[in-house]
Amino acid sequence: LPDAPGLELIAQELNETSSDSVLGTYHEHGQACLVVNPDRILDVLGWLKETPGQEYRFLASLHAADYLPAEPRFGVHYELLNMPRVERLRVKAALASPPDGELPELDSCVELFPTAEFQEREAYDFFGIVFRGHPDLRRILMPEDYVGWPQRRDYPIGGEPVIFTYNERETPRWWE
Amino acid sequence: MSTVGRRETLERTEADQVVGRSAVERTEVEEQLEPEQELMTINVGPHHPATHGVLRLVVELQGEVVRDLKPVMGYVHTGIEKNCEDKAYWKVIPYVERMDYLSYFFNMEVFCLAVERLLDLEVPPRAAYLRTIHMELNRLHSHLVWLGTSALDLGAMSMFFYCFRERDKVLDLFEMSTGQRMHTRYFQVGGVFEDIPPGFAAALRRFCDEMPSRIDQYMAILDQNEIFLRRTRGVGIVPRERLLDLGVTGPLLRAAGEPWDLRKVAPYEAYGDLGFAIPVGTVGDGYDRYRVRLAEMRESVRIIEQALEGLPEGPWIADDRKVVLPPRAELSTSMEALIHHFKLVTEGFRAPPGEVYVAIESPRGELGCFVLADGSAKPARVHFRDPSFVNLQALRDMCLDGYVADLIQNLAMLDPILGGIDR
Repeated sequence: LPDAPGLELIAQELNETSSDSVLGTYHEHGQACLVVNPDRILDVLGWLKETPGQEYRFLASLHAADYLPAEPRFGVHYELLNMPRVERLRVKAALASPPDGELPELDSCVELFPTAEFQEREAYDFFGIVFRGHPDLRRILMPEDYVGWPQRRDYPIGGEPVIFTYNERETPRWWE
Repeated sequence: MSTVGRRETLERTEADQVVGRSAVERTEVEEQLEPEQELMTINVGPHHPATHGVLRLVVELQGEVVRDLKPVMGYVHTGIEKNCEDKAYWKVIPYVERMDYLSYFFNMEVFCLAVERLLDLEVPPRAAYLRTIHMELNRLHSHLVWLGTSALDLGAMSMFFYCFRERDKVLDLFEMSTGQRMHTRYFQVGGVFEDIPPGFAAALRRFCDEMPSRIDQYMAILDQNEIFLRRTRGVGIVPRERLLDLGVTGPLLRAAGEPWDLRKVAPYEAYGDLGFAIPVGTVGDGYDRYRVRLAEMRESVRIIEQALEGLPEGPWIADDRKVVLPPRAELSTSMEALIHHFKLVTEGFRAPPGEVYVAIESPRGELGCFVLADGSAKPARVHFRDPSFVNLQALRDMCLDGYVADLIQNLAMLDPILGGIDR
């Protein structure tokens, strides 16, 4: 992985090529992480993929996370990998929670990394993150007519309560 | 079959004769004969034995040639990732085992590794070796099921029985060491649940002595089967660069000639101490994928033998009472052990806030696990990067402009597990 000075150099060069692209850097459990501005995500990924000396050409995983109640609420993680050096770098796009009724949006990186196609669909399916420019943005695992974004933290997990003697009265006529 | 007949078969199955002209060339000739052929859309699956689960493929056919293909999945989605958010860390383990139901040890391993990294917990060497042994047995098991079902798809019925005979022996070994044949819940955060019982090492050695000759038998059956050779050679070739762009890992990538194996490049558990080779292919067709997997099975046997030879003595689970259950015998004598036991079972341990992504080499490629901890006893997010899910994107490239029959072959050699794809 890039060590702390290496990560700072990456952040600095990125900020020089595309202003305000990197919002922060940190190391965690032996993993380097760049927090980037979601509007600049394609610049950052493209730079990391193509620049000689960086060449993070393999996108190992793309996944989203919901940091409720923190703000910015959503994070889309790109686990980049440089295969010859066996270096992993996490790029995290921090997405603010949009106004009511709207979905957070982010540029799709399918052009850069074709592997992201299914994984962006998955992030859309479960978190309602819209990837602008995705060729076929539909639900992938949930049914097509499903309403809601099930893996958001404020989405109830559902299920039926198990009836014991102590909560029998809370679910009247449970035997029906 | 007499020796003469066998030689004749081998001569007739030389590569150039088998491959002949590509499907595209052959259809182009036919297209001149029948220019009015229309595109037809058909569904393969979701209930089709050759889809290895509940996968639906929407295929655009021109005559018998695949012109477009879209996988549709989600039929066995059970919301495992969402459910994990409602479970204490140690209760997640049996859940995630059931995703990719052929490589349950790997699912456990990657989740335990992620949590151990969050906790900065060291695994004792004996546990690392026991985990390695069980994972490699699991790799054998997974490849055996793949070989049996794939050969069945291609019409070799007997392979299925031979492979399931050996698979049963692996399951017997699992039953002996863990108490369960499948979904064993053997790996724990901090080590393994129990030491191996007396007699397990001897049974495992017997199995390891026998297995290479069994692999020879499989190859003797399939490598001289003209139907198998004709259906796999030169079919489903995707260039290495394209596979890397599509994020494909595991035997599919190695068959295309890229020697990428996480056990070698980023060793975890005991793999750093053990000697093994990474088999790679040259052409990247279905036949190479088959050869790479069979060679991997031989390497797995080697790894198990070495790990068993070098199995260190000592504890098999970490001695951290805040995370690991105390030994059963202590409960009746030590009050503290009882308190720890009670706290761990009712509430579970807490992991410090943070996020971690860990990847290991499963039988199908890079199996990644992302865990986001918020400081409570339950993970705030668990995500699995399942290799089948990502590898499935390569199916379109493999099948385009090939025959429908080759689609079945490509899917068989891709080895998707729908439990892992849908999670």
